[in-house]
Amino acid sequence: MDILFQQIVNGLVQGSVYALVALGYTMVYGILGLINFAHGEVVMVGAMVALTVLQILLAAALSSVLAVLCSLMVAVAACMALGYGIERVAYRPLRNAPRLAPLITAIGVSIVLQNLAMMIWGREYHAFPMPFSNGLHELGGAIITDVQIAIVLIALLMMAGLMLLIHRSRFGRSMRAVAENPSAAALMGVDINRVISATFMLGSALAAVAGFMVSANYGIVHYYMGFMLGLKAFTAAVLGGIGNLRGAMLGGVVLGLIESLGAGYIGDLSGGFFGSNYQDVFAFFVLIAVLVFRPSGLLGERVAERA
Amino acid sequence: MKFNHQSKPMLAAFAAALLVLPFIIDSLLGHGWVRIADFALLYIMLALGLNIVVGYAGLLDLGYIAFFAVGAYTYALLGSPQFGLHWPIWAVLPLGALLACFFGVLLGAPTLRLRGDYLAIVTLGFGEIIRIFMNNLNAPVNITNGPQGISSIDPLSMGGFSFSKTHELFGVDFTAVHLHYYLFLGFTLLVIFVSLRLQHSRIGRAWMAIREDEVAANAMGINTRNIKLLAFAMGATFGGISGGLFAGFQGFVSPESFSLMESVMILCMVVLGGMGNIAGVVLGGVLLVILPEAFRHGAGPLQQALFGKIVVDPESLRMLMFGLALILVMLWRPAGLWPSTQRRRELMPDETVAQQEQDTVYDAAK
Amino acid sequence: MTQPSETLLELSGVCKHFGGLAALSAVSLHIKRGEIYGLIGPNGAGKTTLFNVITGLYQLDEGTFSFDANSYACCKPHLLAQAGIARTFQNIRLFANMTALENVMVGRHVRTHSGIWGALTHNRATCAEERAIAGRAHELLRYVGIHRPSNTLAKNLSYGEQRRLEIARALATEPKLLALDEPVAGMNATETESLKALLQSIRNDGVTVLLIEHDVKLIMGLCDRVAVLDYGKKIAEGKPEDVRRDPAVIAAYLGGEA
Ligand SMILES: Nc1ncnc2c1ncn2[C@@H]1O[C@H](COP(=O)(O)OP(=O)(O)OP(=O)(O)O)[C@@H](O)[C@H]1O
Ligand SMILES: [Mg+2]
Repeated sequence: MDILFQQIVNGLVQGSVYALVALGYTMVYGILGLINFAHGEVVMVGAMVALTVLQILLAAALSSVLAVLCSLMVAVAACMALGYGIERVAYRPLRNAPRLAPLITAIGVSIVLQNLAMMIWGREYHAFPMPFSNGLHELGGAIITDVQIAIVLIALLMMAGLMLLIHRSRFGRSMRAVAENPSAAALMGVDINRVISATFMLGSALAAVAGFMVSANYGIVHYYMGFMLGLKAFTAAVLGGIGNLRGAMLGGVVLGLIESLGAGYIGDLSGGFFGSNYQDVFAFFVLIAVLVFRPSGLLGERVAERA
Repeated sequence: MKFNHQSKPMLAAFAAALLVLPFIIDSLLGHGWVRIADFALLYIMLALGLNIVVGYAGLLDLGYIAFFAVGAYTYALLGSPQFGLHWPIWAVLPLGALLACFFGVLLGAPTLRLRGDYLAIVTLGFGEIIRIFMNNLNAPVNITNGPQGISSIDPLSMGGFSFSKTHELFGVDFTAVHLHYYLFLGFTLLVIFVSLRLQHSRIGRAWMAIREDEVAANAMGINTRNIKLLAFAMGATFGGISGGLFAGFQGFVSPESFSLMESVMILCMVVLGGMGNIAGVVLGGVLLVILPEAFRHGAGPLQQALFGKIVVDPESLRMLMFGLALILVMLWRPAGLWPSTQRRRELMPDETVAQQEQDTVYDAAK
Repeated sequence: MTQPSETLLELSGVCKHFGGLAALSAVSLHIKRGEIYGLIGPNGAGKTTLFNVITGLYQLDEGTFSFDANSYACCKPHLLAQAGIARTFQNIRLFANMTALENVMVGRHVRTHSGIWGALTHNRATCAEERAIAGRAHELLRYVGIHRPSNTLAKNLSYGEQRRLEIARALATEPKLLALDEPVAGMNATETESLKALLQSIRNDGVTVLLIEHDVKLIMGLCDRVAVLDYGKKIAEGKPEDVRRDPAVIAAYLGGEA
């Protein structure tokens, strides 16, 4: 039964990452009503940039704390710039175009990013350097590492910060106004374009952090890592109720838990017929089930549901 | 599409051109390119199938390749040494189509009442589920042979006539790729015919009405759920047929051929070409198969010539160019390269959709 | 068959809430065959909500309504259209990128049958049906007074024509009850006048009409009976000239929007 506890720990850690990425999807969806297909690649770029900076700084024998912080900062900055660029290139010119057009440009951006990354960083898996010794702790029979604890804590911190930002700040207010009704917000003097850009940047910053986290947790980075992660995170966003920030967080954690528990127990449940290699299937089965039985997600969508 | 009398000679010339095309390609570009033309036809069939779902009925399906996979694996399992079964093509192809249709209904029945974006993500998930199962159904009971895929699949043959052998006719050698070309051309024309007939029928009008305004269509007496399901099932059926042909042509299937990227590729053909317009979709299919191939063949030598060595991996350069092309074309022509003249704006622009939803809620407010 | 009852549509105690808002509370009314029945009331009174309820877009919370002697508590829109209720929308909802003709042809969907097989084979029955659909659609376009080429896209029609096209599309479903949500909103006096004539001839063809309208003159000149809604309640019903003098109605309008 210690596997249960272990799987819960793993699920929470993975779920925190999903939640951070899911927030990016949900914010963009809430404000523009479309799926930012390229968001998963932003996570990947964040991880890759962090990797390169970290390698350079560690080679320059900088103190490890400083190196980690710096690389995280650079990754966040790079991703914010990238998020801004994606919005300018792929979404803004198409704001009044047929609905599928921005989806296709986003797919295009995603392909471009993936292949650029492959050209720059190559096809191989890179080891993500961890300058600290990664201590193990035992917690009720489960093993949890320092990095994992840090992941959960940082994720919680970032989410709390985000909620404060959205609900307490001026920017948050204009963001919510735009999500509610863009034209009315514009009439009230909100600069819609700035708000949308900022939303993309905010989501990308979270993605960069998430990219750093997964890389540190698994110790490897790869140009293809953003794809599945993005897909899962989007699933998490839908699971929680798209457009709903709390929903994205909850959805992320729930999805992480379902996945790891599912992977841990499916073998026993199916009499050995299915193994943990079906892990990825759970996310999608859960998704389909949720949408069928509770189409607005666990916490409900933000957008007005029609009667 | 109606052809008047003046267009008859044009049509005849066009048909003749299609018939001799493989020989022209063969002599100008080489044998490999005829094979590429065959694949182009398969993809056009797929794109036309997806066009029914996305272009006519306005349902965004991101997992369309799953139906292709169902057709291909049906063919592969029933016509290969995997189980020692060698069913004839006339049994396997329809069965694959039927199974694909069945899966379409299975997936569509509970999900088609969802809003557009949700449908997209559910279908995407379904596509991944199918792929993961193909990938993992090799243990403990080996069904799909896992990631290795199934090979030595029976070639396409009909009543003793094998498409994978060279036949001589009127002193001309028809090799396997040529024969497959004609076979696929026949199927493609069939799919085009079906699409055209449907487009201008009572059902086709209902699809478009749903695409334009689902609430109004429903209020006018269209059973939106059934009609959407019909579109889904039709699309899936076409996918299943082309899957079967693909398996027989390639002689080998593996889960790799059915990744999400393939679904995306087919969607791109439809949207890039011009949703809802058959000619546009065909154009999209041709371009998206031919151009990346041309690039693959051209990029290596070009780099050699320019820099004296291969600077960047041609494969990733090819994908990079593909991505850039998608972005540029969409920015330049959001309704696709060849939109139907009648309907420049196939799906509602985003604002209108949001507006529509608002309006459903407050029909009176404005 | 039994003699059809004189009442076509009957609502009894219909309630519809949105959260805390009672958009309709205990509304009861009945509409007789062959009449033009007006529904008026200040903005937000619940008129459109009532339409949405009887056309199945909203499910009612309490009460029942019966149409043509069948009772419906919750019913899908297409089944109600099948039963013979057709409507237009307050904010025009045409199939914008389809032609005027196709819009009306879609209306024929519910009264025709050909399916996939017919479409593919173009068999005799299907061809005849297609011709009949197109013929009837042309007829209806002329009937409502749209004289543009029938392949004009709906979105390229003028505002008044779009309103008429919506009526033609609704008529194509062969309704017993035609429900019109502010059909003359935004029209000028001549357009209003000709629409009035159109509505009269629709009624003379035996179609019962339910009409939401703010234009008092139109209501007075056209309707046999009128009901007044205010804050989701029916506050008056009767002959137009009686309703007009009803103190409750005057109060509602003065208090509401004057
Ligand atoms: N889907 C909905 N969700 C929430 N509230 C709604 C919904 N539909 C209608 N309402 C509310 O119900 C009330 C009645 O609206 P309704 O549209 O029926 O008014 P109306 O009489 O048609 O007004 P108008 O003359 O402006 O068209 C309004 O307060 C409206 O805001
Ligand atoms: Mg109204």
